[in-house]
Amino acid sequence: MRILAISGSLRDGSYNTALLRALREEAPEGVEVDLWQGLKVIPPYDQDDDVVPGPEAVDAFRELVRESDAVFFSTPEYNSSIPGALKNALDWGSRPVATNVFRNKPVAVISASAGAFGGVWAGAELRKVLGAMGARVTEAELAVGHAHEKVTEDGVIEDLDLRQGLSDALQTLVTSALDRAAVA
Amino acid sequence: MSTIEETKQGIPTGTWQADTVHSRVAFEVPYAVATFTGEVPDFEASLVDGKLAGSAKIASIKVKEENLEAHLLAPDFFDAEQHPVVSFSGSDIKRDGDTVEIDGEISIKGVSQPAKITGTVNGPSVDHFGANRIGFELETKLDRTKFGMNWNMPLPNGEQALGNTVTLKAELTLVAQDA
Repeated sequence: MRILAISGSLRDGSYNTALLRALREEAPEGVEVDLWQGLKVIPPYDQDDDVVPGPEAVDAFRELVRESDAVFFSTPEYNSSIPGALKNALDWGSRPVATNVFRNKPVAVISASAGAFGGVWAGAELRKVLGAMGARVTEAELAVGHAHEKVTEDGVIEDLDLRQGLSDALQTLVTSALDRAAVA
Repeated sequence: MSTIEETKQGIPTGTWQADTVHSRVAFEVPYAVATFTGEVPDFEASLVDGKLAGSAKIASIKVKEENLEAHLLAPDFFDAEQHPVVSFSGSDIKRDGDTVEIDGEISIKGVSQPAKITGTVNGPSVDHFGANRIGFELETKLDRTKFGMNWNMPLPNGEQALGNTVTLKAELTLVAQDA
């Protein structure tokens, strides 16, 4: 099983990206977690550019999602919502509406911030957006507050509760993907 | 003189199958200031010894905008990939003149809930080709949130855009099958 991991943050020292690096360590046997690095090169959404073939970076992104069995997001919170770059990529991913690559795709959302609430509102926003796109939004829910104290840039986590939370979220996503594979 | 021959009143025994060309399964739900409607054209229904049952393939859902159809098929609503069929099964039909009442069970998105169906009946009558037909116009209301369909969107006035109470309608023409 192949899971695409998408961080909503672009900066090198992102806690969210670090959490996704750590996620790879939690992957059960047979599950491969690939961290997507292409968010920064997705152009601004413009319907005039949404043609076939589309912008190279967009076509590559859509193909990655299409080939993945599930997608795991970790997002920071900007102004009570998700980062613009992430929303922009999802807007590309949501087209064409009826047959977009996220439709029925199992997805999990976690969030992290240096503050106390762990980006919980961004997590809720992202779940709403993904639901509207037709994704299969799992029950997995994890908001990592004070993330700078819990994860290193390399994705090393010593907090056992956080490791367990990540593992549980991943397992929820894997289960959803297996359920889908059984009927799709 | 009518070409339709009244044969008998009451709910007949035997097996009757829906003539889907002359039948319709539809839904209505309040949306903002109006009513949103749609149909599920790929369905079957039967009346067997006075008990009505039916099912519909939700992938056939038709509304006036294909992007909305896609949303209705998604996990937010029917989750057609995981739950492709909605169904109804009823106990004995209670008929009083032209009105009917049916206690039954509706299954949507993997959830079964009791439902009380009310409506009218016409026939049985023999049509101009000699087939024996019975017609029903049926309706029930259900709470979509009881079937795991919780999507909504707040309006600027604070109210929710989509109502929770959905009206299901079935206009059925059933034809007697040869014994």
